[in-house]
Amino acid sequence: MGGVRVLVGTRKGAFVLSSDAKRESWEIAGPHFAGWEIYHMKGSPADPNRIYASQSTSWFGQLVQRSDDGGATWRPVGNDFRYDGVPGTHQWYDGTPHPWEFARVWHLEPALSDPDTVLAGVEDAALFRSTDGGLNWHELAGLRGHGSGSAWQPGAGGMCLHTIVLDPSDPDRIFVAISAAGVFRTDDGGETWRPVNRGLRSEGIPDSEAEVGHCVHRLARHPSRPQVLYMQKHWDVMRSDDAGESWVEVSGDLPTDFGFAIDVHAHEPETVYVVPIKSDSEHFPLEGKLRVYRSRAGGNEWEPLTKGLPQANCYVNVLRDAMAVDSLESCGVYFGTTGGQVYVSADSGDSWAPIVRDLPSVLSVEVQTLP
Amino acid sequence: MIRVVLPAHLRELGHLDREVELDVVGQATQRSVIDALEASYPVLTGTIRDPVSQRRRAFVRFFACEEDLSHASPDAPLPDAVATGAEPFFVVGAMAGG
Repeated sequence: MGGVRVLVGTRKGAFVLSSDAKRESWEIAGPHFAGWEIYHMKGSPADPNRIYASQSTSWFGQLVQRSDDGGATWRPVGNDFRYDGVPGTHQWYDGTPHPWEFARVWHLEPALSDPDTVLAGVEDAALFRSTDGGLNWHELAGLRGHGSGSAWQPGAGGMCLHTIVLDPSDPDRIFVAISAAGVFRTDDGGETWRPVNRGLRSEGIPDSEAEVGHCVHRLARHPSRPQVLYMQKHWDVMRSDDAGESWVEVSGDLPTDFGFAIDVHAHEPETVYVVPIKSDSEHFPLEGKLRVYRSRAGGNEWEPLTKGLPQANCYVNVLRDAMAVDSLESCGVYFGTTGGQVYVSADSGDSWAPIVRDLPSVLSVEVQTLP
Repeated sequence: MIRVVLPAHLRELGHLDREVELDVVGQATQRSVIDALEASYPVLTGTIRDPVSQRRRAFVRFFACEEDLSHASPDAPLPDAVATGAEPFFVVGAMAGG
């Protein structure tokens, strides 16, 4: 029958939520690493018992934790994230040069076939890889050094590499997204990179259609169609049908196209989910109504999903890494809020229920579908 | 023997008591004490000082003998009372809430 394990990173620790395939009754474990910020946790597709977690505070820096038993026990692994060579500068908020400084790991992406290989997206933006289960980390410096790095600038959350998308049909192809620089692609396993942002338009940069400088918030794709990418940008929901070579806007009839999270149904490649947020300064839902929007047409036509979600006085946010889908027969959709709620829909978004209501502010949600 | 008092987060991380005792090679300085601490408890490496720059983290302070030693040179000798173990060396998380 199988089940699911939901990995929740919060401002004050990590939680592991477990259920059978009905997704009605939940066991809550945690907090792990109480008091620390857990930006992200993710399990290995090749070994669901192997889970990596990014643990940090402004006080004591960065650690990476690893579990080999599905999150029951953990041990710290390597935390030496050393930029390759002299890091140089990127733009600061005011446009002046600012030295590259490591702050934290935003996102951990285990390889599809090897539990010991994992990528880490960090702030200040760079991509690191470990091939020994997180003990040692080495920068894939071709990304930061490809030529446009001096023009990258931080978004409100910092200059972070927050999204890593692997291609199940081509192990050498990787997409990453950086706020605020844009999307970058490698076709040679991370040696060389190029920006793939044609079609994006952004206010707040001198050339609204520049090759880099866009505040991309999140990418998503369906594993059966790795050429098709969906994007929640600062403003605008975008789609690419050619692996990022070009992008078209698919915001369509959304009530606002600002937001952070985006994901794709596990079995329907044209079914996409977003959580519209009012604006770049008002980080909460429109009219105090928490609504997930679903498109079954790959964008443009969106329907609000409200059943089971608060429809009055709700002023939480859903951050970029805080939405996920399981791959059970009836696809489950999950998201966490800055108010500490984690919601599940076991019917592709038609109806929702809270798994927990009062966790610390949720930074990330991942789901493992277990045999 | 040097006595070091650690903040709660680091005690929990290293499964340590409030105070640890260290044998420090050579003169007792901030650097030699942290070197010895990291050698004895590798999980603490990088938590008190940045692993690349070796600078004290911005939200970490060093106190001893009722003085703030945070801005002293990392190679300056620590007070005799710390070097002899009569007084502990405090590693403190800045009182910044969070």
